[in-house]
Amino acid sequence: MNRIVVVGASAAGLTTAETLRRRGWDGTLTLIGEESRPPYDRPPLSKQILTGAWEPERATLRSRQDLARLEADLRLGQYVAALDVPGHRVRLAGGENIGFDALVIATGVAPRRLPDSDLAAVHVLRTLDDAIALRAALRSGPRVVVVGAGFLGTEVAAAARTMGLEVTMVEPEPVPVRRPFGDRIGALVAELHRSHGTRLRCGVPVRRLRGAGGRVTGVDLGDGTTLPADVVVLALGAAPATGWLEGSGLPLGDGVECDAYCRAAPGIYAAGDVASWPNAHFGTRMRLEHKMNAVGQAMAAAGNLLGDATPFAPVPYFWTDQYDTRIQAYGIFPPDAEMRILYGDPSNGPFAAAYGHHGRVVGVLGWNAPRQVRTLRRLVVDRTSWAAFAATPALSPATVN
Amino acid sequence: MKVIVDQNKCVASGQCVLSAPEVFDQREEDGIVVLRAENPPEGLADDVRQAVILCPAQAIWLEEQEGEQ
Repeated sequence: MNRIVVVGASAAGLTTAETLRRRGWDGTLTLIGEESRPPYDRPPLSKQILTGAWEPERATLRSRQDLARLEADLRLGQYVAALDVPGHRVRLAGGENIGFDALVIATGVAPRRLPDSDLAAVHVLRTLDDAIALRAALRSGPRVVVVGAGFLGTEVAAAARTMGLEVTMVEPEPVPVRRPFGDRIGALVAELHRSHGTRLRCGVPVRRLRGAGGRVTGVDLGDGTTLPADVVVLALGAAPATGWLEGSGLPLGDGVECDAYCRAAPGIYAAGDVASWPNAHFGTRMRLEHKMNAVGQAMAAAGNLLGDATPFAPVPYFWTDQYDTRIQAYGIFPPDAEMRILYGDPSNGPFAAAYGHHGRVVGVLGWNAPRQVRTLRRLVVDRTSWAAFAATPALSPATVN
Repeated sequence: MKVIVDQNKCVASGQCVLSAPEVFDQREEDGIVVLRAENPPEGLADDVRQAVILCPAQAIWLEEQEGEQ
């Protein structure tokens, strides 16, 4: 195996390249990234970069010297247009073909938009350039409407509110972060935002963006009301960036559908936000849009590409920072899981909770409880029997949703 | 090897403690990293390198001496 091509140069792509080199593979390595910036870290974009606590350069992941040490053909600002599976080559947008013996797909996701998203002052947040543009827009003191109250939407709303802006968050679900965490935690996150003066409009869909003279002026809601806005941030989730793979013959469903070894086809692997795979620890197929998974999956894909034959079966870790609150989670949080409080009191300060599903602990969550949740992670790793927690206090009702 | 941590970059994930509990700990009040061993023995070097790789905030650095890997 002499030539490996990695498409995508963010956390997963960079980690793939670094893992290959760290493990002593010394063939020809090509790392192709759409953005012209060197690889940078995404979690700070909706936090420190937006509030201005960090200058944009601080999100840079590696120094020039570190990148040079990879001895890779680093092609930044280049689009891959297509994959030729039988020919074992990718075609760049400019027409150049690059052959490979093995390929790692790490193209991530692209933000969803609404019709009329091209109105001025409508923002999405995926790239560092997006964050810089949104930061500039927020500095003029606008009324902000955030559409979507998942992790990204709630973090953007918190950052904008921390800057002293008038912020309204709109979400069709009854509470924020319901899909990852369910109704109980969602209600606490709603209260967190309200207590900081962020307005919430939950349980109502967005009908359309309203504009005048090419610039957004408000957001029309499904209940007939209009929220006036100077800046609108669309945080509607993201779709796997697989457009360039259509017609390639690779299995595409919710992202690139891999096997337990992060493999999509012989010699072709995928890692990070773009990849779905069956996680044997939980017995379910998943696709995760979290930094830690991008790193862990890239290490696994690179290792399997080099012959490890190790299934990727991690306990996922992810976190969100909003105002002065840090929520950290290990595992999965199915809508019909049960939740019990193992530490603290959700009505008053820090707490940690465990989640049971089909008789086992499948997740633990900490609310301003970093040490506790790190210790409780062991329950998920060990698939601890849920029966052991029958007498533990619960929120009422005890189910997640 | 010498270990350096940046408490201002740390996001309290505790991944370093999971990788090398002899070298890293978390502050009781907010989970921010604290160093237990600034110059860990060679036998822990792989665990510490794992902590560097897994830190989601890139808040850990190593200064490796000549002769080390």
